[in-house]
Amino acid sequence: MADLAHQNVTGAHSGETRRDFLILTASAIGAVGVAATIWPFIDSLNPARDTLALATSEVDIGPVQVGQRLTVAWRGKPVFIDHRTPEEIKAAEGVDVSSLRDPQADSARVKKPEWLVIIGVCTHLGCIPLGQKAGDDRGPYGGWFCPCHGSIYDTSGRIRQGPAPLNLVVPPYEFTGDTMIKIG
Amino acid sequence: MADIHPAGTGSRIIRWIDYRLPFVGMLQHELYEYPTPRNLSYWWNFGSLAGIMLVVLIVTGIVLAMQYTPHADYAFDSVERIMRDVNFGWMLRYAHMNGASMFFAIVYIHLFRGLYYGSYKQPRELLWILGVVILVLMIATAFMGYVLPWGQMSYWAATVITNLFSAIPWVGQSIVTLLWGGFTVGNPTLNRFYALHYLLPFVIVAVVLLHLIALHRFGSNNPLGIDVKGPQDSLPFHPYFTIKDLFGLSVFLLIYAFFVFYAPNFLGSSDNYIPANPMQTPNHIVPEWYLLPYYAILRSVPNKLLGVIMAFGSIFLLFIVPWLDTSPVRSARFRPIYKWVFWLLVIDVIALGWVGANPPEGLVVTVGQIATFYYFVHFLILFPVIGKVEQPRPLPVSIGTAVLRHSEGAQLGTAGAPMVKP
Repeated sequence: MADLAHQNVTGAHSGETRRDFLILTASAIGAVGVAATIWPFIDSLNPARDTLALATSEVDIGPVQVGQRLTVAWRGKPVFIDHRTPEEIKAAEGVDVSSLRDPQADSARVKKPEWLVIIGVCTHLGCIPLGQKAGDDRGPYGGWFCPCHGSIYDTSGRIRQGPAPLNLVVPPYEFTGDTMIKIG
Repeated sequence: MADIHPAGTGSRIIRWIDYRLPFVGMLQHELYEYPTPRNLSYWWNFGSLAGIMLVVLIVTGIVLAMQYTPHADYAFDSVERIMRDVNFGWMLRYAHMNGASMFFAIVYIHLFRGLYYGSYKQPRELLWILGVVILVLMIATAFMGYVLPWGQMSYWAATVITNLFSAIPWVGQSIVTLLWGGFTVGNPTLNRFYALHYLLPFVIVAVVLLHLIALHRFGSNNPLGIDVKGPQDSLPFHPYFTIKDLFGLSVFLLIYAFFVFYAPNFLGSSDNYIPANPMQTPNHIVPEWYLLPYYAILRSVPNKLLGVIMAFGSIFLLFIVPWLDTSPVRSARFRPIYKWVFWLLVIDVIALGWVGANPPEGLVVTVGQIATFYYFVHFLILFPVIGKVEQPRPLPVSIGTAVLRHSEGAQLGTAGAPMVKP
């Protein structure tokens, strides 16, 4: 009796390892198949080609006077172009980088010190900070102030106070002439 | 059972059908005979009210969808056309947008009713969890619906809320791009929100059905929080509770109609009548009133990721309430400490709503941080601790003895009738 039972158990056991293996491999292949089928559905939600095609903007910055700020649209987002005054440049360069939340030297954020080009989207939750128009509240650092949740940026667009974790993003751009820049 | 038939079910045709498709019999059992605790108060009206509002929202929504254009260039104008040119369009839209507010008000009262009377306790844990699932789906649906008119608040609410996902480490920004279908909230975002806003209400209907199946498994909880022990404790649902629900409905409809016809924009933001402008954020962004407490929690935490986690966490805490509350007694009537602490939570949530509605400066920030802190303390510390230390008052033997002795005493005029206490 005991022998028989023992045999049965081992028999069933070896059969089950074989079956386990088949179930496991079949389910793994099935899971890969399901994932491969789902991916087109998810990827269809990503930006389409026509959206991606509108990805560069060219801007003439010649008319922007010292101290003036210009807003242009790039990929549907506002880009802030700031023709900085010497005082603003000095303020931006004079900061102790290690004291910043998102440490970055001003020189790493500009191609020419008098021109600051940044994406005007608050890195907290995507509002557009104030500071582009003459009467706007620029916050205590003379840069930008986000009215949604109170983030404050300096004249280099770096986060100084408030909930935003990162500096205002510098978009990829290049000077195509003395007063022409291409964003994107 | 078999000899009681509501009008019609006795007919041969009905019996022929019911033999093959046992639906009429099921309805009769669940809506007619369904034994209901005889002591339900008006706080128990809000479940059926919520169900009725869901139907109202679906019906008004379907006819609005026939006039609406889900395109970034036309959405705002199509909503204005509904308001000005479509016959009764103004009424349907006001009924839909105020209906959403009413739906939330009803569901929040329903939820606090459950918290007060311990309706989430064994064996109704899944019933409660399904209710929280409905709340989460409602929030998602309401948010996407709010985006559809494509006004300034629509646009910036969509921007701020989708940006919550950018707080996720590493993949956050890719997820946000995926949600948007572009580099900002735009036409692809509007289109998918419209599709989902149409879909999710029907998902809610499905979860509501599960909620009802779970409810009818053990029946309603009641103000005493003790189980129905026999026929003397319950009444058939019809006509006793159908008529009570209908009376409550008519009172509710007066309030609803007041908003629709006399104060249709009272609960909304006037900024949403300005067309969406991706280049200009309104100075003061606020969500609809029913999302203000979560928004207040989000803003009260000075760290972006933690703020997002706590705002979501404030809802997800509700899922585990059945296990956070360690008291074996359901109804707060018999819980001398919890009875008062419950109201602290109500005040706390109202305070959070006030914080969320105001710009984050000075006192608002302080109150927001205290109220956020209390919210989590309430669920994570007070709930388990009070259940352990509190000495509950004695429970009545049964619903019947607890409620019938009053009416009998009154009828006989015997003030000193013997009290039955365990």
